[in-house]
Amino acid sequence: MKLKTLTSMVVALSAGALLAACQVDKAPDSVSGYTFATKDTQAMQDDNFSNPAMLWVGIGEEEWIKKDGSAGKSCASCHGGAKPGSDEEGMYAIDPVLDTSGGATKISMKGVATKYPIFDKASKKPMVLEERINLCRTKNMKAKAWKWESDQMMGTTMLVKMQSRGMPIMSTADQASSPLNGAWKAGMKFFNERRGQMDMACKNCHDDYPGTRIRANMLTQAQVNGFPTFRLKWQKPGTIHRRYAGCNKMVRAKHFKRGSNEYKNLEVYMTWRSRGLKVETPAVRN
Amino acid sequence: MKYSKILSTTFVFALTCAAAFGVQAASYKVVGETIPQSLTGKAGDPANGRAVAIHRQKGNCLACHQMPIPEQQFHGEVGPPLHDVGSRMKAGELRLRVVDPKVLDKDSIMPGFLNAKHNLAQKKWAGKSMLSAQEIEDVVAYLLTLKGSYTK
Ligand code: HEC
Ligand code: HEC
Repeated sequence: MKLKTLTSMVVALSAGALLAACQVDKAPDSVSGYTFATKDTQAMQDDNFSNPAMLWVGIGEEEWIKKDGSAGKSCASCHGGAKPGSDEEGMYAIDPVLDTSGGATKISMKGVATKYPIFDKASKKPMVLEERINLCRTKNMKAKAWKWESDQMMGTTMLVKMQSRGMPIMSTADQASSPLNGAWKAGMKFFNERRGQMDMACKNCHDDYPGTRIRANMLTQAQVNGFPTFRLKWQKPGTIHRRYAGCNKMVRAKHFKRGSNEYKNLEVYMTWRSRGLKVETPAVRN
Repeated sequence: MKYSKILSTTFVFALTCAAAFGVQAASYKVVGETIPQSLTGKAGDPANGRAVAIHRQKGNCLACHQMPIPEQQFHGEVGPPLHDVGSRMKAGELRLRVVDPKVLDKDSIMPGFLNAKHNLAQKKWAGKSMLSAQEIEDVVAYLLTLKGSYTK
């Protein structure tokens, strides 16, 4: 082999390795539900003025600056504006492991959504973004927790997640060293387990038949990157836990509560399954 | 299509259903890739079978299959079209596919319509099969009439 070829090979190889190291982990063949949506639905999502979920983001913006609770604080009192710009470090704002012993608060919500669910050291369980918001309300604001699917909660969750629009979802929950690994395993088991009178697993529809019509519905891979999502059928936004319950009931299986350990574990697994996909919140789906 | 498991032996499945729900117990014998015996000993009614296949709370076969039922919109495409299934299969083969398709492919998405033992079923449906034995005979009788050809 000529020396020149060898050198260029070495260069190419190390460039490849460097690229791989910098690249965000991407689940192979994963595509967003957006890809399967009709052109009209896609257009509705793409344009903030026609996206019906923006009404709820507006509610979130009001809540963001509204003082509530006995501490007399709003989200903005600690975090400033939700929107990115001021704080380039925002991407690393929240540690993937929640440690409430430190007092540091970061300004921008940019990148926050790409890390959730995180691991909560106190409960030794996954913590999803809705729970993190409620922790701020009860602990830092001394305000009442919001209901899981209240307009305020969905609006604020959407507002926070929207600051990560276009950024890739990250998850290393599959690794044995991750504190979320136990939840990831339980979530994977849930996803692959047949259930209900129809005896179907999530996998049967969403791993085996995406891109195929089941009656009038086009099946997707059930990726999490657009949630909370405005669903045309619901005529309002819904959380991913609502969707889990809906799919459970569809096959005539028992469903679980929003925020249950079962659904939080499932969210850990499904977020890992969506890794590398860009955050689209608030998405619009049929 | 992967009918990966050719069964050389004969299995006897006895389905025990909770008497409390008033569901008929049905037993059947799988022979090779068929259930040769009628589940009820009574001839199936193809007209009712067609209605059961359409009914969203019962067969709901249109969720996954295209069938020669033009008055219904939006036939699913998860399973193969069934327009000519009556000329391709005999009653025993069709019966096994509706009763327990997982005998042929354990990874199949298609429900077993006589199965009354489920994992984590909603209370309302627990211990009940999706179709009764006679409804399955009716569906099989209907499928046997499908001898056309499929055009999109
Ligand atoms: C009988 C088929 C079927 C099964 C089984 C099923 N789903 Fe679904 N699911 C659907 C259909 C149909 C839709 C709407 C179209 C789509 O987004 O795929 C959907 C949508 C979803 C979505 C929304 C995706 C988006 O981009 O908006 C999620 C998330 C989801 N399912 C999760 C699950 C989970 C978790 C399970 C198991 C507990 C499950 N599904 C089981 C049929 C099914
Ligand atoms: C959730 C999806 C689903 C539903 C509901 C469903 N099927 Fe199927 N069916 C399939 C799939 C997929 C196959 C292909 C073989 C396999 O994967 O098991 C199949 C195969 C068949 C076959 C064999 C066809 C061939 O050409 O080999 C028959 C017959 C059949 N189904 C009849 C029915 C009838 C009758 C009903 C309703 C009572 C029904 N199916 C409901 C998914 C479904």
